[in-house]
Amino acid sequence: MTNEQCTTLKVLDNVPFGQIAGEHLFFALRLERPTWKSWQPGQFVMVRPSGWALDMLWARPFSICRVSNRDLVLFFQAVGRGTRRMASLKSGDEVLVWGPLGNSFEMEPDTPTLLLAGGIGIAPFVGYVHTHPRPWNLHMEFGHRMPLNCYPYESINEKIMGDAHHEQKPEDLAAFIDCMDKRIEEFAGQNGLVLACGPTPFLRTVQQLSQKHNARCQLSLETRMACGVGACLGCVTKVSDDMQVNGVAAGRAQVCNHGPVFWAHQVNLSED
Amino acid sequence: MDMRLNLPGLPDFSFKNPILTASGTFGYGVEFAPYGDLTTLGGIVVKGLSLAPRAGNPMPRIAETPCGMLNAVGLQNSGVESFITEKLPKLPWRELPVIANIYACDPGEFAELTGVLAREQGIAAIEVNISCPNVKEGGILFGQDARQAARVTEAVKRMAGDKPVIIKLSPNVTDITTIAKAVEDAGADMLSCINTLSGMGVDIRTRKPLLANVIGGLSGPAIKPVALRCVWQVSRAVNIPVIGIGGIASAEDVLEFMLVGAHAVQVGTANFLRPDFSFRLVQEFEQLLQKMNITDLEEFRGSLKA
Repeated sequence: MTNEQCTTLKVLDNVPFGQIAGEHLFFALRLERPTWKSWQPGQFVMVRPSGWALDMLWARPFSICRVSNRDLVLFFQAVGRGTRRMASLKSGDEVLVWGPLGNSFEMEPDTPTLLLAGGIGIAPFVGYVHTHPRPWNLHMEFGHRMPLNCYPYESINEKIMGDAHHEQKPEDLAAFIDCMDKRIEEFAGQNGLVLACGPTPFLRTVQQLSQKHNARCQLSLETRMACGVGACLGCVTKVSDDMQVNGVAAGRAQVCNHGPVFWAHQVNLSED
Repeated sequence: MDMRLNLPGLPDFSFKNPILTASGTFGYGVEFAPYGDLTTLGGIVVKGLSLAPRAGNPMPRIAETPCGMLNAVGLQNSGVESFITEKLPKLPWRELPVIANIYACDPGEFAELTGVLAREQGIAAIEVNISCPNVKEGGILFGQDARQAARVTEAVKRMAGDKPVIIKLSPNVTDITTIAKAVEDAGADMLSCINTLSGMGVDIRTRKPLLANVIGGLSGPAIKPVALRCVWQVSRAVNIPVIGIGGIASAEDVLEFMLVGAHAVQVGTANFLRPDFSFRLVQEFEQLLQKMNITDLEEFRGSLKA
């Protein structure tokens, strides 16, 4: 049985980025190009290396970083049991991939658009920037804790204006938040678009700032998933009343198939 | 080859092959339609339904464990009416049995829910969840007490009309056969076993449980030996068909469950290995039967030499 939405792909290479204490934790995993007809920046794929036996059951979700004529590129941080094992993938290994899954970021070519990335949340913006028809309307603020060369920042910075903010001490975080505050206010004033991806505390801050300035803002949520197709209900987020349509049960929506991108006013990121 | 199995006591009901999908792991079926032909499956057991929509438990509600997973989703669903109007029409129910899995807080509510579903042509049978470990109201208590389990079974049977009633048993009991016999006596047409095992996981760095609910249901290949034991015990204790559930992840696993007495199986957590898992399993199972020269499943079923 073949299905272009669930297919086995060969690893072309698995390129480490940067070093932390002599160890590589960040990787660009380059796979054969799938036969998808289309994809949109912000969508994701589920990846399960064929070598995994039954000790780890779930595939892992990854934002699509880039798709070219030759390859599919995913960017990941070796942080847990699965991604640590994925760090050892080599050229010629096979992985099962299903997708593209979920929805995508708004793309309004003529609208000034602010990209806010936190750490590994930079991944989907690589594809966004490289497929945007008018990249001169884009600007990025990138907050990161690891050295800059751990991330695919260069790939973005060569196309659009951007600033990187290295958080090494608490004052750095405060300065980054202050910067985002000013930038969101500025883009809101131009009826611009604000897009954000990163860890939940970062998104919570972006959400608060966008509400403060009444900015049009989308957030791409990252969460644990088992199936990626809306069946397991393991990746839900609390949503506001106006999302209680389209099969959303009692205020909780699956991130995988109702997102991962939500308008900031639609989700409630407060802890349960 | 013909993989259809006769179900004792149910001359008008059969599965064209013994591979069904388990509730809670296959959504409402439609989520998996892009990955295979639903009509090739033996049947679909849809996500547990309640009378009113349920929000389920707080996050995190799933965690991966060695050869398994924990979940405490807490029966989130959009309610039975939403299922009937929005999901059921999208399922190929004329071509394969769509089984509604139901959950309620008391026998009266179970009966009311059954009454709603019994009117639906697209529902082939009703599977009753008396054993969910992840909800506070009722939940597993029905499945751990023979009298309570029988009361729920009787209530559902009264309202089910000609729809077969399947009672889903919990392994979290001292003697599963006591509950099995009690619900058989109360009129159950089939049994499915097992539901998840009660379990938990913790993180030594954060000192927090892996699930917000602390305790959840363990599923996946890790529980297969327990499930096999339960199916073996239950199928010898009752005279109604038993559907085996618990860690099935290969065609060989399906045969193992049939060897200990199962008429059919439900595939659960393995649907997360890949979204086309169950579709492929049907093909692989047929190939295995040919390879092993098994031509009569009924003759093979329950033939364990023990």
